[in-house]
Amino acid sequence: MVRTLVLAGAFASAASLAQAQQEVRVGVILPYTGVGAELAQQIDRGMEQYLKLNPVKGYKVTFFKRDVKDPGGGNARNVIQELLTQDKVDVLAGWVYSPNAIASAPVVNAGKKLAVIMNAGTAHITQMSNYYVRTSFSMWHAGYAMGETAAKNLKAKTAVVGYADFPPGKDMLASFKRAFEASGGKVIDEIPMGGPAAVPDYTPFFQRAKDKKPDVFFVFVPAGDHSSAVVRTYGALGMRQAGIKLIGPGDVTQDNKLQAMGKAAIGLITMHHYHADLTNAENQRFIASWKKDYGAESTPDFMAVGGYDGMAAIAHAIEATKGKLDAEQALKSLRGWKFASPRGPILIDPDTRDIVMNEYLSEVVMKNERLYQNTIATVENVKDACKALKIPPCK
Amino acid sequence: MRVIFGIDVASMVLGGLAAGMVLFIVSVGLSVTMGLMGFVNLAHGGFAMLGGYVIVLAMRNWGIGFLPALALGFVVIAGVSIAFERLLYSRLYRASELDQVLFTIGLVFMMISTVTLTIGPENQQLMLPSWLQGQLDLGILHYRTYSVFLIAVGTAIVIGLWLGFERTRMGAQIRAAVDNRRMAESLGINIDRLFMFTFAFGSGMAAIGGGLGAEFLGLNPQYPLIYLVYFLIVVSVGGLGRVTGVFFASILIGIFDFALKKYLPQGGTLFIFAMTILLLLWRPQGLFGGKAT
Repeated sequence: MVRTLVLAGAFASAASLAQAQQEVRVGVILPYTGVGAELAQQIDRGMEQYLKLNPVKGYKVTFFKRDVKDPGGGNARNVIQELLTQDKVDVLAGWVYSPNAIASAPVVNAGKKLAVIMNAGTAHITQMSNYYVRTSFSMWHAGYAMGETAAKNLKAKTAVVGYADFPPGKDMLASFKRAFEASGGKVIDEIPMGGPAAVPDYTPFFQRAKDKKPDVFFVFVPAGDHSSAVVRTYGALGMRQAGIKLIGPGDVTQDNKLQAMGKAAIGLITMHHYHADLTNAENQRFIASWKKDYGAESTPDFMAVGGYDGMAAIAHAIEATKGKLDAEQALKSLRGWKFASPRGPILIDPDTRDIVMNEYLSEVVMKNERLYQNTIATVENVKDACKALKIPPCK
Repeated sequence: MRVIFGIDVASMVLGGLAAGMVLFIVSVGLSVTMGLMGFVNLAHGGFAMLGGYVIVLAMRNWGIGFLPALALGFVVIAGVSIAFERLLYSRLYRASELDQVLFTIGLVFMMISTVTLTIGPENQQLMLPSWLQGQLDLGILHYRTYSVFLIAVGTAIVIGLWLGFERTRMGAQIRAAVDNRRMAESLGINIDRLFMFTFAFGSGMAAIGGGLGAEFLGLNPQYPLIYLVYFLIVVSVGGLGRVTGVFFASILIGIFDFALKKYLPQGGTLFIFAMTILLLLWRPQGLFGGKAT
């Protein structure tokens, strides 16, 4: 009851702002409570930071924030329908979990409103609705870039892949394998390592990988607790001493969990489109403002940047359509849209409405008693290879 | 080739033993309460979770060492469980099994919600002391120090428990009470007090298991439900109220699970459940259970 009142108060104060400005209604679905609450908070703060650093002048942005905590799909679809029909939103945004974005697609199609995906990374989602624009990533971005780089930069000949056994994990396996083997490497073992719900004991899986003696061990597990467990097991089994490099997409070294991993994380090599230690001016401005607002201990991660850039895309569409947000015009304005993001220059691919961005190869190092991600190579303007190569279910 | 094969088997046995020891330490209390007291306590994993939180948070906030924290976890949870036993459990000793199941599963949900509300939904990281990190040279191979430590602790506990049950007055009283409660009471054994201590001891063991296992099993509010199935498998395969039975069942399941995950990771948890079903079809009273109940 208390919480409801506080929320109502927050909405009331937001609504009492200047009347003269044209109102733009943004419907947001994120897992605000439950296990995904931390992810929603990152994205929510990312959106907030964009509006704070780059106010949309002349328009009043009103948020309709709805909590969809489960990745089941059905709930998300219902909430999207309510946002469209009852709250009459002009634009939709959010989606942490891929199954929810997939299940929402038919409703988004029927609603005919711009829909900005700020996280959900399953590759083919953007092809399920022409109203989807993605400002986060596709699993193939990091996986494919890592596959190429592992063979070319890290000079690996053999790799073992360990992955969480759910659709994004299989995407990651497929993308890494395709690129690594096309670049002359060989994936000698593929190990499904339990589901995404509970953190398993990784010892048997890692023991198996160690016995295969690969040059690199590519691991994809959900960011957060899974990643911490992976790093600790890698350290405890002495795989580094055995000459096996642990590599993976940046989920393994998620910025807000990195410090808690301790010394075991040193030497980890990851490929991702963002880490908080990027040195570009936009990122420095973003980080400074973030730490000022949420505390020095708080760090934005790739989810926050997905929210930040998503809000930037919405702001661009608002200005381009003079606040009307007619879906066709809004989409037209975003096709080929370029933006200087904290993650570096980004572009919305005019053909696929998916993001084109740099991927950074980084190594974890210790500097001043703090773990720090050192960028060792940049792969520029990476497109979603799943769509570029037309690998089913991408087309 | 033979040497490599030997090392392979050794690393598998060590890994499985370590996992089995954690299962044993957590489950032994459940076996005691279910077997000796005839009480279906599904909230047992909840005590393990609470104990794990006491241990991890005490180490983090008060900076006390790992071993003192384990002792503290045992004492605190044993104390808490005495309060639970006196106020709640003792009222249900003569209730039907369904009532006991409903009551204890409700208690689990309340424990989960309370911890989520007061501490938060995220995983709590146990910081192992430096002497338990890294690798230990065992002669033929290097192995994870913490796994070796778990095996040593588990072995010490099973020997201690066996001696306690077989060689002490209290152990004899417990065995007497289980075999014939009325007779034991008329001989002057205070059954109520005996059960209270047994229950507290079992919960305290669970707390230690929660702390020792946090490195492998993680520690978050969902813990009692995630691992409930494993604890029940261990107890049913081992046989109710049999300390040595639970020990061998834990080891068996630990090694079997480890080997299957390593050599057949595609199978997931399918095999371990299939094995349990077959074992129980063959021996419904458990591998080491003496009497069919």
